[in-house]
Amino acid sequence: MRIVVLLKPVPDTTGQERLGPDLRVDRAAVPAVINPNDEYALEGALRLMEARGGDADITLLTMGPASAPETIRKGLAMGAHRGVLVSDPALEGACAISTARVLSAALATLEFDLVLAGVDSSDGRGGVVAAAVAALRGLPYLSYAGSIELGDTSVRVHRLSATGYDVLEAPLPAMVVATQAIGEPRYPSLKGIMGARSKEIATRSLADLGLSSHEVGGAVATTRVLEARPPAARAATRVVRDAAPEAARQVVEFLAERRII
Amino acid sequence: MAGAIWVVGEVGPDGALARISREVATLARDLGAAAGRDVAGVLVAPPEASGAADELAAYLPRVLLVEEPSAGTDVAAVPVASAVAALVARDEPAYLFLGATPDGRDVAGVLSALLGWGVLVNATEVGWSDAGPTVGMSIFGGRLLTTSAFSGGQGIVTVRPNTATAAEAAAPGTVERVVPGQPGTVLPHVRILERVQESAAAAALEDARVIVAGGRGVGGGEGFGLVQELADVLGGAVGATRAAVDSGWIPYSHQIGQTGKIVKPQLYLALGISGAIQHKVGMQTAETIVAVNRDPDAPVAEFADLLVVGDLFEVVPELVNQLRARSG
Repeated sequence: MRIVVLLKPVPDTTGQERLGPDLRVDRAAVPAVINPNDEYALEGALRLMEARGGDADITLLTMGPASAPETIRKGLAMGAHRGVLVSDPALEGACAISTARVLSAALATLEFDLVLAGVDSSDGRGGVVAAAVAALRGLPYLSYAGSIELGDTSVRVHRLSATGYDVLEAPLPAMVVATQAIGEPRYPSLKGIMGARSKEIATRSLADLGLSSHEVGGAVATTRVLEARPPAARAATRVVRDAAPEAARQVVEFLAERRII
Repeated sequence: MAGAIWVVGEVGPDGALARISREVATLARDLGAAAGRDVAGVLVAPPEASGAADELAAYLPRVLLVEEPSAGTDVAAVPVASAVAALVARDEPAYLFLGATPDGRDVAGVLSALLGWGVLVNATEVGWSDAGPTVGMSIFGGRLLTTSAFSGGQGIVTVRPNTATAAEAAAPGTVERVVPGQPGTVLPHVRILERVQESAAAAALEDARVIVAGGRGVGGGEGFGLVQELADVLGGAVGATRAAVDSGWIPYSHQIGQTGKIVKPQLYLALGISGAIQHKVGMQTAETIVAVNRDPDAPVAEFADLLVVGDLFEVVPELVNQLRARSG
């Protein structure tokens, strides 16, 4: 069973993330980490592998800057077998559809039965790339998975809904979007960290994928950021330290003042 | 209809028009008026849910209805996006607006692949300049607001719930049944084998005007009974932090934050929530934030509008009583 996990390096959620003067993410400002939702996708892949008694092969597929191997290495330490990084200066400033085309072209060079992705990325939170990749590759698309069961020729998913879940099934190969309900991502073991050093991360340029900067990347981005500004500051916090009845009375009064009740 | 603004409607599990579609339709109608462009709705639904088209037409001058049985039996994203893409090829609208809901995001992603159009996501403000829509969104969990535009004359926008207040048009529009041509690309459908309902249909968290959320300080599943009680008396929905979800006190569907939902309610009541950044990024754009916490130095003290320093197990029952007395 060959599983590909889409993995995006994102700025760590420290409160220090920022854009550079070019209005693109300033990658030097904050250390990069694996996008938290992608860690659930990887955890899902590892659990599917374990459920098959180890009979699975996990490839991490990333589009990212030349520094991305540092981030990919952590995924290898968690238990993935290898990484494939698509990195090219022409991809700086790529929009969502460019990203989807690049990942789709990279998938075409890999053999796989299942692709796993996270719900969205913590930087932009668009959550549209996985669906676009599935459509470009013609893969059945099963999103918002709270649980995944993998057979030899099909995959079954509980797709979370507002009131419960829908049971979905599709033949392989397929694309599944995993949620946090899959389970807590494991920490890499010392053995995993040591082993990750010798695992391969293959780097591909756009040319390697048969793509050019006229088709994908910053030069042909379909969207552009015009300006960025901090939100209006919130007013100072009003603090209530009275006993419960009086505190509750003040909350009710506050809500009434703001016409919420 | 060349150059028009289209709203892609969403049908809820009950077969009615999703609330988000009313908001997006209102926003698009105002935008069309400002831009001097035609505005229309598109609804792809199984025949039994076709009444949702009439609901959408209360907000828009014209609604195209595609009756598509598979939109009821299969995951909606592919049948909806395929039909909309075929209609886009026929009528050549310029911009498509959808809700930034789980289903809306999926449809937007498939549509971007089918049309090759750009997507601007999670809009919280939409304006118009000569070149087309300008879309405001918050990034890095609300720490920065950006305004973006499309490079070409076309694109797809997903709009966050509570961005616009739904208001019906002065007169209802027309509903036209249409049959889209064959899509250029045939994508695999995914069949829904079973729909499992675990809890009563509640207002979607993202749509809720009031959210009462609990964190580690709530202490357990029983404590969430109290959270629910306060939510009920305020007509709101229940949210939670990752710590509460990981502890098994409440299902993941209630989680707000970095790996959960992003919400923008009128009131966010945070009970026993410290306000760690992973939670804050999901709720800090709420209009009013009220927190109850024993620790006056918890991070939530820095961004709440009102902080009650105290024991939530004393304050909340009192609050429930006073609110009941007020409304009763």
